Amino acid sequence: MNFDDLMQLAPAYANGLVVTVQLTVYSLALGLAIAIPLSILRVAPNRLLSGPVAVYTWFMRGTPLLAQLMIVYYGFGQFQWVQDAWQRGNPFLAPLRDPFSCALIALTANTCAYTTEILAGALRATPYGEVEAAQAYGMSRVTAWRRILLPSALRRFIPAYSNEIILMLHGTSLVSAITLIDLTGAARDFYANFYAPFEAFISVGTVYFGLTAIFSFLIRLTERRYLAHLRPQSFRKLARG
Amino acid sequence: MNALTVENLHKRYGENEVLKGVSLLAKRGDVISMIGSSGSGKSTLLRCINFLESPTSGRVTLNGSEVRTSVGKDGQIRISDPVQLRKMRTKLAMVFQHFNLWAHMTVLENVIEAPRHVLKLGKAEATERAQQYLEQVGMSRFADAYPAHLSGGQQQRVAIARALAMEPEALLFDEPTSALDPELVGDVLKVMRDLADEGRTMIVVTHEMGFAREVSNHVVFLHQGVVEEEGHPREVLKTPKSERLQKFLAGAMK
Repeated sequence: MNFDDLMQLAPAYANGLVVTVQLTVYSLALGLAIAIPLSILRVAPNRLLSGPVAVYTWFMRGTPLLAQLMIVYYGFGQFQWVQDAWQRGNPFLAPLRDPFSCALIALTANTCAYTTEILAGALRATPYGEVEAAQAYGMSRVTAWRRILLPSALRRFIPAYSNEIILMLHGTSLVSAITLIDLTGAARDFYANFYAPFEAFISVGTVYFGLTAIFSFLIRLTERRYLAHLRPQSFRKLARG
Repeated sequence: MNALTVENLHKRYGENEVLKGVSLLAKRGDVISMIGSSGSGKSTLLRCINFLESPTSGRVTLNGSEVRTSVGKDGQIRISDPVQLRKMRTKLAMVFQHFNLWAHMTVLENVIEAPRHVLKLGKAEATERAQQYLEQVGMSRFADAYPAHLSGGQQQRVAIARALAMEPEALLFDEPTSALDPELVGDVLKVMRDLADEGRTMIVVTHEMGFAREVSNHVVFLHQGVVEEEGHPREVLKTPKSERLQKFLAGAMK
């Protein structure tokens, strides 16, 4: 294997990189957007509200992501009514034929479950006095959620969520199991074509490593901006008083 | 005119009756100190005034309008009109023992928060108000600091500015100096003394006998959920009639 061979691989890696980044960013964004209302239900005192969410997170966190991908992509197509809907061109079930959409559905459902639990934990950890102050100052329930509970919890949530972000980035590598060519898929093709396992997987590992570094950097920036109130003050600043 | 009246307030936790029919009357400009040993119900009474705790029964009236309630099946009071209650709460600003500042907001943001999002003031007006009251409590140079970066005394002064920014009819203080280091108590008490001198209506649950004696014009001594003795501090604290108050004062002065 020589340099020209390697260069031929560049486009495959580039395409794989696009798939990996798209899946990571889209599923995290969708998952977070859905997790915010779900976490509010999750901490509701009413079991009829929190129960279904608890069952959902329990199921999604109790089964492997790979199995979830397989169920969405291979499983649903087994149903006759799904196939009939495909025949009729039903736009709502069409995504179940497309591996990218299936991957996005499974990844979103998976990360959403973890995110819901992390955020619910952050909500439960809200100092009660702050909620009481919101009440005492005449805030309605909606205002208190919008101005106090959610902003406070979403900040506490960032450090734990940063783990989820990186786990999801690495979790997307499983989508090669449902015919998608992401970064890992590209590396597998490389390995299959040249029988060069070290080169294939070390090179792709390096790309993941670089992506992780970029995500970590972005998380650090976010923490700097939103967790200023938890940061210990520097000695220099304290000395200035 | 009576700014605030509490009539025949009862509060029960299960079998334990914490308040057994307490009445309280605050005229405009009154500074009322509520004293009593822990467990006497004084904090509960204060928290029942703005319904942070639901009283079991009783009436609370502010400026002639009574908080509308009904009695539920379980015999507990229900708020009939949450909007009315919220409106009343904006007129009874509370200062808590543990400050309860919103930790993710700066000092300035804490003070403008309720004026902006509850009273619906514009940002400029709320900020102007906030700066004025932060100045008054001597905290204006910390406007951009976060609560966690301040001492307890500083946090409590910010909390007082937050209360003042509501421009309330009355201020409710729930043991405002009990969580503070002894050397920080003075700063907070001085701010409270100035507020009393301005003629603000204040109801203060406190263990500071000096404050009760020198600043308030009315002292209420609660014991086991009833008002055991009340009156002008000169009489009540100098020549207590009831044996319990005599004992309590002997303990408090030590």
